[in-house]
Amino acid sequence: MDPGRKRRLRLFTALAAALVLASALIYTSFTAASPARSPSQLLASAQPGQSYQLTGKVVAGSIQRQGQVLDFRVRDRNGPSSVAVHYAGTVPDPFRAGREVIVSVRRQGGSFVGERDSLVTKCPSKFSTAPRPNR
Amino acid sequence: MATLGRACLLLALGICLYGIAASIYGARSGQRAWVDSGRRAIYALAGVLTLAFAVLEAAFLRSDFGFDTVAGHSSLSTPLFYKAAAAWSSQEGSLLLWAWLLSLWSSLVLFLTRRRLRDVTPYASAVLLGFGGFFTALMVFYATPFATHSPAPADGAGLTPLLRHPSMMIHPPMLYSGYTLATIPLAFAVGALITGRLDAEWLGAIRRFALASWLFLGIGILLGARWSYAELGWGGYWGWDPVENASLMPWLTGTALLHSIQIQEKRGMLKVWNVSLVLATGTLAIMGTFLVRSGVLSSIHAFGASTLGVPFVVLIGSLIAASVGLVLARRQLLRSQHRLDSLVSREAVFVANNVVLVGLCFVIFWGTYFPLISEAVTGSKASVGPPWFDQYTVPLALVLVLLSGIGPVIAWRRATVANARRNFLLPALAALVALAALAGAGLASRPGALAMFCCAAFVVAAVAQEFWRGVRARMAMARGSAPAALVALVGRNRRRYGGYIIHVGIAVLFVGVAASSSFRHESEVSLRPGQSTHVGAYDVRYVKPSAHLGEDPARTGAVLDIGAVLDVTRHGKHVTTLTPTRGYYDSNDPSQGSVGHFIGGEPVSHVGLSAGPLRDFWSAIEPNLSTADLQRYVSVGNRTIPFVRPDEGLTVIALMARRYLQHPSPAQFHFLASPLVTWIWLGGLIVFGGGLIALWPSPAVVRRRLRSPYPARLPQGLGRPESA
Repeated sequence: MDPGRKRRLRLFTALAAALVLASALIYTSFTAASPARSPSQLLASAQPGQSYQLTGKVVAGSIQRQGQVLDFRVRDRNGPSSVAVHYAGTVPDPFRAGREVIVSVRRQGGSFVGERDSLVTKCPSKFSTAPRPNR
Repeated sequence: MATLGRACLLLALGICLYGIAASIYGARSGQRAWVDSGRRAIYALAGVLTLAFAVLEAAFLRSDFGFDTVAGHSSLSTPLFYKAAAAWSSQEGSLLLWAWLLSLWSSLVLFLTRRRLRDVTPYASAVLLGFGGFFTALMVFYATPFATHSPAPADGAGLTPLLRHPSMMIHPPMLYSGYTLATIPLAFAVGALITGRLDAEWLGAIRRFALASWLFLGIGILLGARWSYAELGWGGYWGWDPVENASLMPWLTGTALLHSIQIQEKRGMLKVWNVSLVLATGTLAIMGTFLVRSGVLSSIHAFGASTLGVPFVVLIGSLIAASVGLVLARRQLLRSQHRLDSLVSREAVFVANNVVLVGLCFVIFWGTYFPLISEAVTGSKASVGPPWFDQYTVPLALVLVLLSGIGPVIAWRRATVANARRNFLLPALAALVALAALAGAGLASRPGALAMFCCAAFVVAAVAQEFWRGVRARMAMARGSAPAALVALVGRNRRRYGGYIIHVGIAVLFVGVAASSSFRHESEVSLRPGQSTHVGAYDVRYVKPSAHLGEDPARTGAVLDIGAVLDVTRHGKHVTTLTPTRGYYDSNDPSQGSVGHFIGGEPVSHVGLSAGPLRDFWSAIEPNLSTADLQRYVSVGNRTIPFVRPDEGLTVIALMARRYLQHPSPAQFHFLASPLVTWIWLGGLIVFGGGLIALWPSPAVVRRRLRSPYPARLPQGLGRPESA
């Protein structure tokens, strides 16, 4: 085969393969993604069975552990709206009242059930300043 | 002292502006005196920023809480080692560390190239000073490490307990060294593109810096993973978090660059690709620095001031636009001198390796920035999780490991059947033996892990074969012993054999990742003293609770450590005794009361770990201190003990700890039995060793430099005549 034609054929094949793979990447990312929602957004529009990434702050006094299950409420970052979360799985060290969390949830009746091991807590490991003591 | 620090920053900014102007004017006018002055500006920048960093360090070590940064990130009770390292735990301090390291590495490269690449270095100096000026300006106008307030508080907030781990203290300097070193090839690429000096010489000058950047980034990533495993209480080492991904992306493109450079050096090919990889790696390093400071993406890591986002976006946009413009403008000079002779050749394998690495980087980039992409496309933020990343990265990693075994043994230009038979027989047999043995051992249920083990066996056998052939040839030539021949072989071909050792390290590391993620057993359980549970083949018994007041075994400054003594057995035989604890720290927050503040800080797990070559047994405990019985000590203490009597407050904590030991409530435990986790750290050490070997100058180069320091290099530097 003519070397120039051979090179063009290789280039075309490589580009076609790259296009197919990129299309697969884009398609799967949109189909596999969980929309990020705040508690007030979830209360307004959550569909049963659909997975959401709930983001917000843990409500003080709402944490209750019963065996393997952790029950707590998550509220909006800047607002009082909150939802109850029923979660089983790994609980990160920094999890506590007032801490910002991200957890994958599905609506079941009036509350939300967290997917196992999906709870992540924002750890203050990057440049966050602790409040300065006044005394 | 703070005034001195601020003066240093202002002076540093002035030096950067002067140096940029002097370098560009010198390059345009051909006056070497200005070029030399621009280069010396970098040395001056390094001196001034060293002084600024010393001022900040001194403030931390003296616990000078008049500095906002010190008051926010250190305290009297913070251990000395962590006080020293707390300087870079703040936004402001980390920016200073970045700029300081940049000035040091830039000084080193400009000193080493002071008589070479005389066309290119003025522009490289200007770019490096531009980066220095950018970070200095951030500290002058947005986030100064030398902000003060008066009167100074008696104590500071303390370093976040989560960061009180040796890995985490070394991790930022390593990562920032990797990032700053990645800007050096970028600066020289810009210089080479502007001047049109696009031969292999500029690549030769930056190759070691690209390798050093890659090595430091790799060490930083691994230390971060180690910290996550040992400190975060979840037992994982990688979670596809944006902050983790930000450091992995330039490492991947840097890996691709280190391979494709060889093709340009040997065959004059892939010039556009190489210069693009250099520019992409440098830009990704800046993006990594930006990502952890901007708050544009949700991450498990909390972020600080988001006001830095806009300047970074402007910088990154300018870098991308300038890079694309320069490459397009010089496309004629970047044409390859040769073409690929065959798809069955080392060049083709390197190209495939580059495609896989860049593909991996693209997948991670897409997944990391997907929330922004989805918001732009659909108007709603959405994110992809670890399963999505695994879906693409696992097969690509398999191909990558396989290619790292094929690359060292396949012939350049065109491999023949005879070559293939000679070089691939042993590695292929090793892979087949591994397949049969592991499938026989019942591991076929995890085909991904099995494939990784076989690929790793292929790589180790291929590299071992190369070493053996080289040693045998040297023994035949020099008639020495095998160890002497091995030392001589590696010493004379450090880059090649250092690279082979890195391949083995990567294979070992991936075996550890595949095994620990595919075959681990996990259990979360609530236990009382005397109760037991099963974790895989292990039995764990909660023997008794433990408590340490002011005697933190991990020496992280915890006021109270509550833990457990665990007896781990396997088939009835004692394996190990573990003592996981949870550290409770002083919050220094008076609103929690005179007793409550002693344990009101961030509680942190100190895991109980039995690490072995074949299996790790990992444990973490979450004791329940919120029982009414224990909380009564805190509430009564808060009511009755004044702040001015901290000793009495600590006595109450001691009574509370004693009560816990006498009447322990059930504690929550997290257990993991993971195979071959140690192989991940071992693989990292092998990679580090191989990297050092590859980085070290070969004896021939050192001899040449020592014998003829100036005349031999003079002709290379005669790009432009010196003005009188």
